[in-house]
Amino acid sequence: MDRSPSVNIRPYGDTKNDGKIQISFTLPLKNDALGEEAAKALAAKMGVPDAHVTHRKSLDEQYTFYILYGTLTHVVDPSTLHVPLATEAAMTKEEVEAFIAGHFQEEIVFIGASTGTDAHTVGIDAIMNMKGYAGHYGLERYSGVRAINLGSQVDNERLLEEALKHEADVILISQTVTQKNIHIQNLTAFIELLEAEGRRDDFLVVVGGARINHALAKELGYDAGFGPKQYAADVASFCVVELHRRGRKTFT
Amino acid sequence: MLKLDSKIVESCREAARVIAEDVQKTIDAHTTDTIERTILRLLGVDGADAFDVPLVNVVIDHIKEKGDLSKGVVHYLANAVAETGATPKALALAIAEGDVDLTRYDAPEKVDASLLDDAMAPMLQTIKKQRLKRLSALKDKTASAPEKYVIVATGNIHEDIEQAISAVALGADIIAVIRTTGQSLLDYVPEGLTREGFGGTYATQDNIRLMRQALDDAGKEAGRYVKLVNYASGLCMPEIAAIGALERLDMMLNDSLYGIIFRDINMKRTFIDQYFSRVISAYADITINTGEDNYLTTADAFDEAHTVTASQFINEQFAAKAHMDRRLMGLGHAYEIDPEKENSFLYEYAQALLARTVFPDAPLKYMPPTKYMSGDIFKGVAQNTLFNIATVATGQKIHLLGMLTEAIHTPFMSDRAIALENADYVERAFRGFQDAFILNPDGLIVERAKEVLAEAESLLHTIKAEGMFAAIAKGRFANVSRTLAQGKGLSGVTPKHAVYQNPVMDAMLTTLKEENDG
Ligand code: B12
Repeated sequence: MDRSPSVNIRPYGDTKNDGKIQISFTLPLKNDALGEEAAKALAAKMGVPDAHVTHRKSLDEQYTFYILYGTLTHVVDPSTLHVPLATEAAMTKEEVEAFIAGHFQEEIVFIGASTGTDAHTVGIDAIMNMKGYAGHYGLERYSGVRAINLGSQVDNERLLEEALKHEADVILISQTVTQKNIHIQNLTAFIELLEAEGRRDDFLVVVGGARINHALAKELGYDAGFGPKQYAADVASFCVVELHRRGRKTFT
Repeated sequence: MLKLDSKIVESCREAARVIAEDVQKTIDAHTTDTIERTILRLLGVDGADAFDVPLVNVVIDHIKEKGDLSKGVVHYLANAVAETGATPKALALAIAEGDVDLTRYDAPEKVDASLLDDAMAPMLQTIKKQRLKRLSALKDKTASAPEKYVIVATGNIHEDIEQAISAVALGADIIAVIRTTGQSLLDYVPEGLTREGFGGTYATQDNIRLMRQALDDAGKEAGRYVKLVNYASGLCMPEIAAIGALERLDMMLNDSLYGIIFRDINMKRTFIDQYFSRVISAYADITINTGEDNYLTTADAFDEAHTVTASQFINEQFAAKAHMDRRLMGLGHAYEIDPEKENSFLYEYAQALLARTVFPDAPLKYMPPTKYMSGDIFKGVAQNTLFNIATVATGQKIHLLGMLTEAIHTPFMSDRAIALENADYVERAFRGFQDAFILNPDGLIVERAKEVLAEAESLLHTIKAEGMFAAIAKGRFANVSRTLAQGKGLSGVTPKHAVYQNPVMDAMLTTLKEENDG
């Protein structure tokens, strides 16, 4: 069977390019035939003109949950897409350590925190602490790295203060609570603070979290962004290469 | 039920008693800003000044600035009320206007606290009425199955109500309104109806009242009483407990260890606050929920299972010190073992059964998988189903339903509906399960339960020797270390002066002691 990606692809059910998909959502409508029609009309607007409502359930008198299956008419050509990533090919821990030993005069200082009102520490600990996460050691265990983890609920002001005090090269920020975009406010405020203090160019500033990706990070004025299934080696790879490019602490 | 060595259980309880007793010495010697504000609330002071600062904060800040809070607000207020004939609330308003200096009423000796009886009596009466209302609503209810508990957390109280009404229609027994991120660090309780919150909704007296009304109405329609929950843990534990008592909350998250470990609240501050808040909850007949389940989000659920058990013993003793009836002690635990682990269900089963056996009268609060929930919602449904089986088969009481979208967002209406349907199904399918099986006494479940209990006993004896404060500093819970001098809210702790009095707590304790003896 031909497994090479075709130019224009559709979702796969059981036959190539059959376009089969499942959609589910709730509408603020009574559970009746009209509601079902409304659900199908929405699916049609999404590009699924033949959707079947396979399940509908009243959530109370005024709300109904729908599950639909149908055929998606849209296609996508993956060759036209581009995924911005902080690092194309991440190094291993050992490679990062060798890179540091070979290129820098001093140890690289990473300072990190979960900021604002965010109390989630597991993500930043995964990146920074000795133990790491899911079998990936954290920055603290890297030779040539000094990792300072300030923990959670750290104000932007305090993070900057500590970064200056420790002469950090990299500031790592973790944001987990993203409901109603609270993280955007807080992340934007940190960049504004750096700029107001004339410190934006003194650090690499990197953000991570379950709902963070590189494109979003760049948009918010960060140097890089990392999300799920990315670990210390990923962020370290990006940082050492970028610091080297900027000529920071490098051998002259 | 498990057959456990009762000597080990007793030894755990005894160690926990000593641990709690030791902390109680610190508790008894101090008051805090929020305790004093709570006293004011229970003397009828509510509302805010022109700048939205709650009047209770205005008064306590005023005393801190001009007088000495170690003497307690009552010391200043009693004579002020007697001399002016004004109510505490009227005085608070006058203080906000700058028209009254409360510290003029300072006295060298203990004041006559009974001068405040007229202000206190109607407040205590309201709490008693609310308590009776709940008792009579629940009197015919024989809870056979675990009570299904779901959260709403839209940030907007009006939207929360929509979500709650749907949940009630689909069989929820308990609705918890999760607080917005950051509220636990506010050293005041915000006022008014609120429409903006993040990952939760502000706990304000108005929001609570509105939700209570909505649940009473929805419950009437559904033919059953629906319980309401909010969160006290944080810098305002007793104030939120008082609001809950006045507005007829039925359950209250109430655990200073959660605040210490996960919100970096100073341990001294929050242990002191917790005590008064538990006395209030005991008096109001409000079930507390403790938070040891959270330890398993930062510590491994298999390796550190015994820390949850140990913490349950300690929380039981803290609650007992507040004269709380055992049937109000909703001790927490959770289904958080890595699903990749072989026999994970058996270990969870063992842990759940252990808690059930050791705390037979407690309405245990059992938490669903959270940490190993992922964006794979389909697998998530399977994880929640196993959790539901463990809940029903081991006879847990408060069944916090897992959401398939746990790793993504606070629940949508449909997420909750799917969870309620799943729980219903499991409940029906497993109703007779407990009676149908006898556990193999040499099997994995029994063995595991014994092992966890033995480790808990050893941990409790270690903590008894080193003291609770040192144990927390050593990171014995959740692998997080906090020290006595660290954390938020320490500046709000004051040693009690010789003239200090808290007539509200005294009145409540008197009643509770009479009830317990009688
Ligand atoms: C554990 C947990 C908690 C614990 C936190 C304990 C602690 N000390 O961390 C406790 C119980 C305290 C908690 C509390 C709350 N939580 Co919580 N919590 C979770 C939970 C179950 C797991 C999160 C986690 O640890 N993931 C594991 C880590 C390793 O993943 P990660 O953070 O994504 O990190 C990885 C990457 O993103 C990346 N990364 C992360 N940070 C960084 C930083 C850098 C620089 C880099 C390079 C990479 C990087 O690297 C990591 C490894 O790959 C999730 C649900 C879930 N299953 O996701 C909810 C969840 C995150 N919590 C949530 C909420 C709302 C809260 C509360 C606000 C609820 C409330 N109203 O009280 C509170 C308050 C906390 C606060 N103020 O922040 C929501 C967030 C919803 C949203 N989208 O905004 C979730 C999704 C649950 C839900 N569905 O409601 N929570």
